[in-house]
Amino acid sequence: MKLTVGAVVKAGTSKVNKTGNWRSFRPVVNKDLCNGCGICTFFCPDSSIQITEKKSNINYDYCKGCGICAKECPQGAIKMEEERT
Amino acid sequence: MSKKAVIEGSMAVAEAVKACRPKVISAYPISPQTHIVEDLAKMIADKELDSTMVRVDSEFSAASVICGASATGVRAYTASSSQGLLLMTEVLFNTAGMRLPIVITGVNRTISAPITIQPDHQDTMTLRDAGLIQLYVENSQEAYATHIQAFKIAEDREILLPVMVCMDGWILTHSFEPVEIYDQELVDKFLPEYDPLYCLDPEKPITYGSYADNEVMEFRYMMQEAMERAKDKIQDVALEYKELFGEYYGGLIEEYRTEGADVIVVAMGSVLGTIKDAVDEMRENGQKVGAIKVRSYRPFPAEELYNAVKDASIIAVLDKSLSIGQGGPLATDTKAAFYNKKAPKVASFMAGLGGREVTKETIKNIVYKCKKALELNIVADMEFVDLRREII
Amino acid sequence: MVENMELLAPGHRACPGCGTAIATRLILKATGKDVIVVTSTGCLETFTSPYGQSAWEVPWIHSLFENGAAVASGVKEALKAKGNNHTKVVVISGDGGSFDIGFGAISGMFERGHDITYICYDNEAYMNTGVQRSSSTPYAATTTTTPAGVASYGKLEPKKDMPSIALAHGIQYVATASICYPQDLIRKVKKAISINGPKYIQVHVPCCIGWGFDPSETIEVGRLAVETGLVPIYSIEKGKPMEVRKVSDRKPVEAYLKKQNRFKHLFKGEEYKEVVAQLQKICDDNFEYFGLAK
Repeated sequence: MKLTVGAVVKAGTSKVNKTGNWRSFRPVVNKDLCNGCGICTFFCPDSSIQITEKKSNINYDYCKGCGICAKECPQGAIKMEEERT
Repeated sequence: MSKKAVIEGSMAVAEAVKACRPKVISAYPISPQTHIVEDLAKMIADKELDSTMVRVDSEFSAASVICGASATGVRAYTASSSQGLLLMTEVLFNTAGMRLPIVITGVNRTISAPITIQPDHQDTMTLRDAGLIQLYVENSQEAYATHIQAFKIAEDREILLPVMVCMDGWILTHSFEPVEIYDQELVDKFLPEYDPLYCLDPEKPITYGSYADNEVMEFRYMMQEAMERAKDKIQDVALEYKELFGEYYGGLIEEYRTEGADVIVVAMGSVLGTIKDAVDEMRENGQKVGAIKVRSYRPFPAEELYNAVKDASIIAVLDKSLSIGQGGPLATDTKAAFYNKKAPKVASFMAGLGGREVTKETIKNIVYKCKKALELNIVADMEFVDLRREII
Repeated sequence: MVENMELLAPGHRACPGCGTAIATRLILKATGKDVIVVTSTGCLETFTSPYGQSAWEVPWIHSLFENGAAVASGVKEALKAKGNNHTKVVVISGDGGSFDIGFGAISGMFERGHDITYICYDNEAYMNTGVQRSSSTPYAATTTTTPAGVASYGKLEPKKDMPSIALAHGIQYVATASICYPQDLIRKVKKAISINGPKYIQVHVPCCIGWGFDPSETIEVGRLAVETGLVPIYSIEKGKPMEVRKVSDRKPVEAYLKKQNRFKHLFKGEEYKEVVAQLQKICDDNFEYFGLAK
């Protein structure tokens, strides 16, 4: 790719950088416990949680495994599990 | 088509800037830049100019405001001097790196300490590596013309670099000269509306000012290439201006009576007026003397300068700023341009620092010294002319 | 719903558990797409803008460390010159760029009255360069330039009161917020951008690396800052009484301090009891001054 004049960058291009491989622990949602309140989506630093069909859905392409969602889930519906390679 | 008025050099610049219709102007007061922005402020207050003036808290903010305005896609202008230009330094490097085509008047005044408001080129010279195109002007009419040319050069898609028009403080900004002010229609014909390559717009979001670890070398190379292209562009724009306005001040350089000259004096800015007068007098006395005005200091016209002087025996480079610990920047660059070529000898003279007057006698003395140097075949590295040795 | 809009794309390079990334996502949920964001040099700038990989879905510019407010002034005036009276201009800069090096430019922007919302993400030190002290660093915190040692208990001076300084400019809206109360933060940003003129919002953002806690505890630590009274959450709209976020379950300052390595040295012996008491007094004073008690 040719460089742009003045190092201008297209919007939203960070998506090529799959930060999911930074993770050593992965959040796993227990769909039975999740009530879709969405608190986890507000607190995710990596824009990696969405509420779909009233349940929390984690995008493992980008989730860095910080564990904030698990800590803050009022239902205790998210647990951190060690990544296996 | 035009009207002639006896006005201050500052007003000539303000008239030129007004005719270029910048949307955002921002400045902070510092002598001797003040009259330019005062004149522009009055034009806005009188509804002669449809522009916003942002009166900021510092030169740093002035340069930053026009950086932001330019990135948002409008033509933007500022002016400063001396310490103010130094305070802008970081922003100017940054603006050049973002390839924003702002225009700035560098009203030349020396740098503290000791503090003084006297003119020399120390301030703008300090910015020579910033990625700015630097054009030095000789008189008010050329200042007028060069500002109009500056926007056209800066905004060209092949260039996209800031242009700094350098003019000697007080000597030019505060002296009254007859200046031809051209009609708006003519300037509009010469300078099209600014059409930015990129701009901050929620409809088409982009990121300006990104972080680069691995491409800095290539981005620098691209700036260097743009500077190289600017050599042609500066000449083309000067010729276009000549065609439309009937005035020409040279492209990258201006040659003055260099035909058959043994000694050629090379300098920049208002001192050329004095040099040309001195050359005329020496020519009348049968001396083979000429002069060269370096109009574009960045990009540096190495080839043009060499071709213009290569048949002379010696050239005298007159610097009005000092790279302390080395010498005169213009002389240094000139010598570098001639290296590995069959070239005349180069004598370097430091003159006019802190506003020390440079007279016709000073120039004649420099030419005399050059002839002596040829005779003795000894050229000194650098000489301070009219130095008051007795008080050191 | 605007809250579902994701205007900070994933793939950015913030540390896991980054409070600043949370703050920025929430701010953009409040602004929506019709905004131009200006950011000063710092963590946010670095982790969102590597060449070719921008996380910004809105137009964004970074120029330098100390000129966010001035660049924003130019952006705003250019928009006006183009006849655009709808696009909001928002600065999102750190405490170093706001409290310290960019202070003069902010004061100038406030004084000139530009319609700009200036948001400081306050992580209380120079995190991008390796946790050096800023004038926002709280009293007694250890940083790499105010290290605790036998002759020092960390930073000797209290945190600078930026909201009061902003307020003294006579601007229309000043607020503090915390990422731990997302709806409150979003509401305040929406409020700010709806008001014409300069506005200042200071968002408290815990930094797990700089403060020394587990990345999963970012929200927990931030909440303790508020619940102890060390970080009062309030807003002041000109001409109206101050709105304060009341604390229902008040905690002693130690509960906050003991969670973080930057205050760990205060509890190694009895030596710094007085320093901890001083920090408690700051909380007590905040409770009284802001009327934090429910």
